[in-house]
Amino acid sequence: MNNFTYVQAATAQEATGLRKATPTAAYIAGGTTLLDLMKANLETPSQLVDINHLPFKGIEATTDGLRIGAMERMSDVGEHPLVVQQYPAVSESLLLAASPQLRNMASIGGNMLQRTRCGYFRDAAFACNKRLPGSGCPAQHGDHHNLAILGTSAACIATAYPGDLAVALAALDAVLTLESAAGKQRKVPVAAFYLLPGTTPQRETVLEPGELIVAVTVPAAAHARRSTYLKVRERASYAYALASAAVGLDVQGGIIKSARVALGGVGTRPWRSPEAEKVLTGAPATEATFRAAAAAALHGAQPLNDNRYKVELAQNTLVQALLKVAG
Amino acid sequence: MLPSDAPEPSRRSFLKQTGGLLGVVLAPPLMGQAEALADKLRPAPPVIGGDIELALNINGVNRTLRAEPRTTLLDALRERLDLTGTKKGCDHGQCGACTVLVDGRRINACLALAIMQQGKQITTIEGLAIGDGLHPMQAAFLKHDGFQCGYCTPGQILSGVACVQEGHATTDDQCREWMSGNLCRCGAYPNIVAAVREVAQNK
Repeated sequence: MNNFTYVQAATAQEATGLRKATPTAAYIAGGTTLLDLMKANLETPSQLVDINHLPFKGIEATTDGLRIGAMERMSDVGEHPLVVQQYPAVSESLLLAASPQLRNMASIGGNMLQRTRCGYFRDAAFACNKRLPGSGCPAQHGDHHNLAILGTSAACIATAYPGDLAVALAALDAVLTLESAAGKQRKVPVAAFYLLPGTTPQRETVLEPGELIVAVTVPAAAHARRSTYLKVRERASYAYALASAAVGLDVQGGIIKSARVALGGVGTRPWRSPEAEKVLTGAPATEATFRAAAAAALHGAQPLNDNRYKVELAQNTLVQALLKVAG
Repeated sequence: MLPSDAPEPSRRSFLKQTGGLLGVVLAPPLMGQAEALADKLRPAPPVIGGDIELALNINGVNRTLRAEPRTTLLDALRERLDLTGTKKGCDHGQCGACTVLVDGRRINACLALAIMQQGKQITTIEGLAIGDGLHPMQAAFLKHDGFQCGYCTPGQILSGVACVQEGHATTDDQCREWMSGNLCRCGAYPNIVAAVREVAQNK
């Protein structure tokens, strides 16, 4: 790990001011992603600005939903009664992620900014368009069994966000509040926060340099209360998703009134599927409907040899998740 | 850069002083502006670098050490404070060998900076025994043979203590799930689950 200076910020203004004064600085909250990347020399900030004391706290019901401060920890949010009861997909996505130790450390804001687990990105000995733009993408002809089949480009096929929470949040129309160095706040839907790789895979989110994640809000809805997160992994626990599905349904008299679907582990970003939602909305809540929705969700998939299995795996994962909430 | 030797005024006392002074000259509706101004006038927080003195409370004892900001809690314990019970396995938060409790919560010491743990209560395997008596979790690991080589054991035991405290060891399945952050390459898992479950049941 490179050496760096350390400074603790007490307010958002102080934090953004410090980043502005030292553009090579980085924010640190839980540190579980950042220090891991720094140990591999994939991040080499000259200064760490500790934002743990910023007042971005609270897990609370608002007039129209749920608000979670960006400095809250994954474990506290995942087990909060309000989240467990009203937003089960959010709770499940958190408690199926990482390990209890990491969940005690990792912040909600930091979770949004995880980096890909693509082995070529993680090993500086290899070319990688995400790490070194223009250097190439060895994954296309190399080990890509755990990489994306949706939203890929010639430059990059990585699942840029490898985690779970953002998948559930994208499904449930969650919105991030961001604060710029100028002290201005703006709101960005989680589904629009992540960018497709295109020709610039090094740019993964719409976050501007120095901009902070303040909070995430999730609208209350019948389909949020009747939601789930299903995760399929290479081992039973403590692993990234090969495929996952966050779904929410509002079923009345056997007919789906509203549906929310997002997939994890298969897209270059958390993959909200309006195609699947269109098939589900207004249709009977049956396995045949769910199969048709799953086919629609994976319709544009562009798998390679070693991740072709993900097309069927993701469809089955989505069908199982829908059966669970419909049941 | 070293932190100044002069005592820094605390943020609160400075705000009080500045806000108070401005309050005298500004009418009450302008107090919000006075606070904003006080925020602007607040001294910049100290930028800490190089070899500096850190104070850590470990197992109820205040310890000081010299280290750089990049020193992890794990390296501070093992390399500076001779507390080698906490193990370094992967050093990337993937194995759980470095598990310690900070303010009662289990964390991976390899992904925590020592400088950020000041003012918190750190518990390592060395602090678990009560006098000469083993902690119930240590005794249960002995009774159930919850290890072979022993390298992952301090982390398993600390994680087990937290798992029981959290109420996540009420069934074998739940215990397995909530102990999944601690890998054991010898494969002592059935005996580890037996040990953690017994402590949970006796609680």
